[in-house]
Amino acid sequence: MEQQEKFEYILRLGDNSLILGQRLGEWCGHGPALEEDIALTNISLDLIGQARSFLDYAGKVEGNGRDEDQLAFFRDVRQYRNVILLEQPNGHFGDTIARQFLYDHYSFLLYSELMKSADEQLVAIAAKSIKEVTYHRRHSSEWMIRLGDGTEESKVKIQESLNYLWNYSGEMLTPDSLDKKALAAGIGVDLEKIAKHWHANVADVLAQATLDLPESGWMHSGGKKGVHSEHLGFLLAEMQHIPRSYPDAKW
Amino acid sequence: MSKKNWPLFEVFIRSRQGLSHKHVGSLHATDAEMAIENARDVYTRRQEGESIWVVPASEITASSPDEKDSMYDPANDKIYRHPTFYDLPDELKHM
Repeated sequence: MEQQEKFEYILRLGDNSLILGQRLGEWCGHGPALEEDIALTNISLDLIGQARSFLDYAGKVEGNGRDEDQLAFFRDVRQYRNVILLEQPNGHFGDTIARQFLYDHYSFLLYSELMKSADEQLVAIAAKSIKEVTYHRRHSSEWMIRLGDGTEESKVKIQESLNYLWNYSGEMLTPDSLDKKALAAGIGVDLEKIAKHWHANVADVLAQATLDLPESGWMHSGGKKGVHSEHLGFLLAEMQHIPRSYPDAKW
Repeated sequence: MSKKNWPLFEVFIRSRQGLSHKHVGSLHATDAEMAIENARDVYTRRQEGESIWVVPASEITASSPDEKDSMYDPANDKIYRHPTFYDLPDELKHM
């Protein structure tokens, strides 16, 4: 595997954390209850911390002197490598929880597998992150159960959120050529194996939540190759505005 | 949005092994399990704890401030009940 390909692979990991972290940060001051406001922004901070580790490492692998800030704030939409699911707008609380639920079950399995990588740095980041995402997964799963098995209104709403976002879940679980190369090189994870466990775990929680497992049909994809939905540009505009206006600004 | 609040829970946190759980505040949660999670986020973000208890606030029975005199004053003049005459070795912490 060439350095450039390895760089791309690590970017995918970092961009997933960064974009979801930025999205969750939008809840700051807007949570449905103070406790949940703090929970969502805590998770956001965990994700941004993971993104920093990955992007810092990606910059070193690339070898062009770009640091984590340059990668986060000075790339445009087409250079971002996160899956499309994570840039989808927060919507209402149920939409955010459903998106989080689909991703948390993936990221837990991802980091479990990444801890077996041949790359020591990725192992270290995964070992640190797995504790965080274990909690994230618990948080979003408990909410799925409470909203699904809650009131009539909450059940209808969370089922709608789940059905809508389900069509975005395939991209992170389906290996493309780069994923396969990374796996063959011993660096990356086996997405087919992860997908199998993911489906079982997700189905288990949905059964507890008395929700219907959505049917898997056509899936959105493209983010891993830099082809995004219309939402990412707006997110980046907000996130990158200050560093781009004042490129050398220091705190 | 519904104006009805989630039930209130009182939160107790043990900051280190050997110490007792201490009341740190309260929060709202849908149920006890979620209260533990909320307490983790609200009260242990800066490594304050290693064990959490939550108790429904409605389950707490408190003494009445009106009974202060009869409850506590009689202990005031019984100095022999206080272990103030012993020298404790320095190794004994958290007494």
